[in-house]
Amino acid sequence: MNPLSAELLVVDDEVQMRRLLRATLESAGYHITLAENAASALQNAETHRYDAIVLDLGLPDADGIEVLKKIRAWAEYPIIILSVRSSEEDIVTALDAGANDYLLKPFRTGELLARLRTALRHAQATSSASTVVKVHDVFIDVDNRVVKKHGVVVKLTPTEFALLNLFIKNAGKVLTHNYILQQVWGPKYEGESQYTRVYVGQLRKKLEDNPDSPKLFATESGIGYRFVPDE
Amino acid sequence: MTIFELMDTPEEYRPNPDELLNALKKEEEHSKRGKLKIFFGMCAGAGKTYDMLKSAHEAKAKGIDVMVGYVETHKRKETDALLEDLAILPRNKIEYRGVFLEEMNLDAILERKPQLVLVDELAHTNVQGSRHTKRYQDVLEILDNGIDVYTTLNVQHLESRAEAVAQITGSIVRETVPDSIFEQADEVELIDISPEELLKRLAEGKVYAPERSQQAVQNFFRKGNLTALREMSLRLTAERVDQQLREYKQTQHITGTWKSSQRLLVGISASPSAISVIRWARRMAYAMNATWIAAYVESSKQLSDAAKKQLNSNMKLARELGAEVMTTGNEHVPNGLVHIAQQQNVSHILIGRSKQYRMFANTLYDRLIELSGDIDVTVVGDHSSEHVQTKNHVRLFEIQSGWSQYAVVTLIVMLVAVASYPLTVYAGYQTVSLILLLTVALLSLRFGVGPVLLAAAVSSMIWNYFFIPPRFTLTINKPQDMLMFVTYFAIAAVTGTLTARVRAREKAVHSREERATALFTLTKQLTAAKTQNEVAEAAGKNIASYLNSEVAIFLSEPDGDIFTKAHTASTFKIDEKEFGVAAWVYWNEKKAGKYTDTLPSANAVYYPISGPRYPLGVIGVKPRDGKQFTMDQESLLENFIAQIAATLEREQLNEMAKRTIVYAESEKLYKTLFNSISHELRTPITAIMNASEGLLFNQQSSSDELHSDLLLDIHTAAERLNRLVENLLDMTRLESGQLALKSDWCDVRDIINTSLNKLEKELSHHKIQIRIPEGLPLVKLDYVLIEQVITNLLYNASLYTPHGSTIDIETHIDHHELMITISDDGPGFPPDTVQKLFDKFYRVPGTRTGGTGLGLSIARGFVEAHKGTITVANKSTGGAQFTITLPAEPQPSVIVQ
Repeated sequence: MNPLSAELLVVDDEVQMRRLLRATLESAGYHITLAENAASALQNAETHRYDAIVLDLGLPDADGIEVLKKIRAWAEYPIIILSVRSSEEDIVTALDAGANDYLLKPFRTGELLARLRTALRHAQATSSASTVVKVHDVFIDVDNRVVKKHGVVVKLTPTEFALLNLFIKNAGKVLTHNYILQQVWGPKYEGESQYTRVYVGQLRKKLEDNPDSPKLFATESGIGYRFVPDE
Repeated sequence: MTIFELMDTPEEYRPNPDELLNALKKEEEHSKRGKLKIFFGMCAGAGKTYDMLKSAHEAKAKGIDVMVGYVETHKRKETDALLEDLAILPRNKIEYRGVFLEEMNLDAILERKPQLVLVDELAHTNVQGSRHTKRYQDVLEILDNGIDVYTTLNVQHLESRAEAVAQITGSIVRETVPDSIFEQADEVELIDISPEELLKRLAEGKVYAPERSQQAVQNFFRKGNLTALREMSLRLTAERVDQQLREYKQTQHITGTWKSSQRLLVGISASPSAISVIRWARRMAYAMNATWIAAYVESSKQLSDAAKKQLNSNMKLARELGAEVMTTGNEHVPNGLVHIAQQQNVSHILIGRSKQYRMFANTLYDRLIELSGDIDVTVVGDHSSEHVQTKNHVRLFEIQSGWSQYAVVTLIVMLVAVASYPLTVYAGYQTVSLILLLTVALLSLRFGVGPVLLAAAVSSMIWNYFFIPPRFTLTINKPQDMLMFVTYFAIAAVTGTLTARVRAREKAVHSREERATALFTLTKQLTAAKTQNEVAEAAGKNIASYLNSEVAIFLSEPDGDIFTKAHTASTFKIDEKEFGVAAWVYWNEKKAGKYTDTLPSANAVYYPISGPRYPLGVIGVKPRDGKQFTMDQESLLENFIAQIAATLEREQLNEMAKRTIVYAESEKLYKTLFNSISHELRTPITAIMNASEGLLFNQQSSSDELHSDLLLDIHTAAERLNRLVENLLDMTRLESGQLALKSDWCDVRDIINTSLNKLEKELSHHKIQIRIPEGLPLVKLDYVLIEQVITNLLYNASLYTPHGSTIDIETHIDHHELMITISDDGPGFPPDTVQKLFDKFYRVPGTRTGGTGLGLSIARGFVEAHKGTITVANKSTGGAQFTITLPAEPQPSVIVQ
C-alpha cells in the first residue's frame, strides 16, 4: 500500500483546524474523514478501518484520551495526537495510553506530514515483520544479533541490544523513559531514568555518525526517545 | 472583628456590605449562648425535678421546642406523669465493665438542636468512655451551642459547700460542680421546702421506696441536718440576689469599669489543708465582689510525687472556683507572695494557718505582715481533721526522697564502717570518724536532706558502738571522745544538709534555666520561621525534644475553617477518633483528651492554639514515658503554645499583608504587561491581517513575488506570536508558584544539542563552539526547563550579535556544581543595564523591536527553581557571558551489563 493513498480519520472540534487539516492532508494525497467530537470519532472508527488517526485531545463530549484508549483496545494502526496540552504529564499519559506520536499545537505542516509518513511506514513494516533493518550505514539483523556500521561489526552488550531491539520494534514511535525501563530492565527500575540516558548515549556513540547531533535516536525533551530510521 | 473595628479602618479599605453582614452574623452567633436555669434545692426530695418539668410544660405551651435530655423520676408518680407528654431524646448506652449504663446522649442533643433541653442532676459524674467526665461539662457544651438548659442541683453538690455539708451531715460528697456554673446561671430558682414537710413526704414514700426511706431518715435526713442545709441554700440564693442587684447597679451607672477594685490573693501549698483555705478565699472573694488569685511559691525544696499530685489538685480546685492561678519561684514564701501581690495590685492576702511548722509559723506570718505594707493580711484557721495532720508528720521524711534512698544510704554507711574496721589497728579509731565524715559529705552530693541526716545519725551511732572504747557499748568514757562524738554528729549533719540544700537549689536553678533556654530556643526558631509550615515544624521539634513527647499539629485552613489533616511535622499517627478530639478542641478552644475531664479516653492531650479572632490550630501531645506532665512541664508547654500562637498570628497577618502587596504589584505588572504585550500582540496580528487581506483581495492581480512576500510576512508574524505565547505561558507557570520540578538524571550534552537543533534556523549565521568534557556525569535536573533556559540564552545571542559571531558553550562540573557558560564575541551589554537584565519586561534601550523582555527573566526563574544561579557579565575581550550554576549531586552508579 502506498502510504500516500492511506485513509485517515481526523478528529478536531475546531472548524478552522478541520479545514486546515483537510487542506494540508488532502493536498499531500491522503483520503480524509473528519469527525468533530468523540462520539462521531468512535462511530467512524468502529465502522471503518483507517490506516491512521489524527486525534485532538480537547473534545467537547469526552476527553481525547478516552477515545484513544477505546480505539486502541481493538486497533493497531497509528494514532497521532495533536493537542495544545504541553505538559510532560499529558504527553506521557497519551503515549502510555497507546498513542504513537504527539504533536503540540501550533505545529508545522511539514512536521505533521513527516510524522504521519513515519508512523504509516512503520505500521506497515511491523506488520510485514522484517527483522533486518538498514539505515544510513547501519545494518541491523535482529534475528542473528548482528549489527554493522560501515560494514564493520559493532559489538553490543546484551542490554544495549535489547534496547536497540525495542527501538526497532517501535520505530518512529515515541517511547517514554518508563516504558523503556520496564521493557528492558523490568518494573523495578521505574523512575531510574539514568539507565536510559546512559545506554542511549552508548548506542549513539556506537551507531551515530555524530553522537552530538543524533539522527537515529532522537531525544523527546522530558518524555523519552524515538528511533528514527528514515531520511 | 467587631463592627467598630471595621468602621475604624482607613479609607483605602472599605468593607463591602456582605463582609459587614457576615461580621454581624458571627457576632450574633457568638452572643447566642444558651441560657441556663438551675432548679436549686437543699437536698433530694425537695421537688426540683417536679418543678423543672412543670416549667418545661409552661415553656412548651408557649411554643418553645422542649426536649428531655435526661430526667430521673425515681419512679415518683407525680413526676412520671409530668414526663409523659414531653419529647424524650434516647439515652446513650455505654458499656462499662460488662454492664450497660445509660447516659445522656450529648451528640443527639447537639444534632437535634431543640430550643430547650432538660438535664436532671447537674452534679452527676458520667460513666468512663463518655466525652466529659462530668455532666455539667456536657451542659456547658450544650449552652455553647446556643441551646437553653433547665437543670437541677442540690446545695451539697456545690464545690465550695461540699466540705461544710460534710461537716454537718458527716457524709462526704464526691459529686461536685464548680461554683462558677452556679454563678453563670442566668436564673436560679430555689425550691424551698420545710424540713417537716420533707420528712412527711419521705414517710409517705414519695421520695424513696419505703425500706430505703427508713435508712435515709436515720443517716442523712435528720431534722438538724435538713435545717442547716436549708439555711445554706437560702443564704446562697440570697447572696446571689444581692450580687445581681449590685451588678445591675454597676452596669447602669458606671459602665466599663472594673467590677471591683478589690483583688484577693490566697497562698496555696502542696498540703491537703490548702483546700479549705481555697474555699475560704472563694467565699471571701465572692462576698467582697473581688477577683482572686491563687499563688504557689515554689522553693528549691523538692516535692514528693504525692505532694505534687496534691498541689495539682489544689490548683485545679482554685481554677474551678474561679481563681487565676500563678506560680513564682522564691525560697521564702512571704517574699514570693508579696512579690505577686504587688505585681498584681492585690489588696488582700489570705493564707492558711498550718499546724505543721507551728514553731516557725509565727515568723512566717510576722514576715508577711512586715513585707506586705498596705496590703491586708488574713490568716485562716486550719479546719482539717487531725487525721490529715498525722499524715503530714510522716511526710516530713518521706517528702523529699523515697524510702529506698534511706535504705541505700544506711547500707553505704555500714559498708564503709566494715571496710574501715581493720584500719583501727594502724590508724586508731579517731581516723575512722574522718572516713565516716567524708562518706556522709560525699553522700550529700547525691542524696536529699533526709537520707543525709539519717546517714549522719547512723554513722555516729556506728562509730560510737563499734569504734569508740569501750567497744560494743554506747557508753563513752573519755570526755574528749564525748566531745568528738558530739562534734562529729554536728559536722556531719550540718555539712550534709547544707550540701544537699545547695544541690537542690542548684537543681532548681538548673531546671528554671532549662525552661528559659527551651523557651529562648523556640522563640528564636519561631522568629526565623517564614511560613506557617516552618512555624509548625519548629513547634513540633521543640515540644518533642523539650517535653520528651510525640506531637501532632493541626493548623487552621486559610479561610479560618477546619483543618483536614495533621501537619507533616506531627510525629504520631492520628486516627479518626483522635482527630475527633482535636476537632472538638479546635472548635471549643478548650484543652481535652488524656488526663483531662473531656474525652479522657484519647491517646494524647490536645491544646488549642487560640488566636484573638478565631482558633489557629491544635497541638496534640503524647508524653513518651506515658506520664502526665508535671506542673513545670505544663507551664512550659503553655508558654510554648502562647509563643506559637503569637507567631502563627503574625504569619497570618503577614500573609494578608503580602496579598495586599501582591495586589499592588500585580497592578503595576498589569500596566507594564498591558503596554508591552499589547504592542507585541498587535504588531504580528496586524501583519497577519493585512498580509492575508492582500492575498484574499488581490489574488489575480498580484505578482508571484508579492504573493510570496505576503506569505512570508504572515509566517514570520505567526512565529513571533507563537514565541510570545510560549514566553507568557512559561511566565505564568513561574508566577503561579506552582512550578514543580520534574528532576531526572539528564545528559547535559543532550540538552544543549536539543536546544541547538531547535534554533537551527536562527543560529545558521553563527559559529557555535561546544566544549563539554568527555565523561561528564549525568546531572539531576528538569530537562525541559533547563533546555528552555539554554534555548532562551542562545536565542538572545542569535538576536543581539551580528552575523558571523562566535557563540561559545562550555560546561564542567566542579565541587558538586554544574557550570554552563554561554558567551559571545558581540557588543556586550551597556554596563548600567547589567543589573536589570533579568527583570521582567526589561529591554535594553535602543535594541531592535521584537522581544518581550521575558526571556531572561524566565531563564532566571527556572534556574532559581533548581536552587541555582544565573549571572551575566561583559567579557574583558568584549561580548557577553552568561554563567549558569546548578547544584549537581553525584550520579548514582549504573550497572553496566
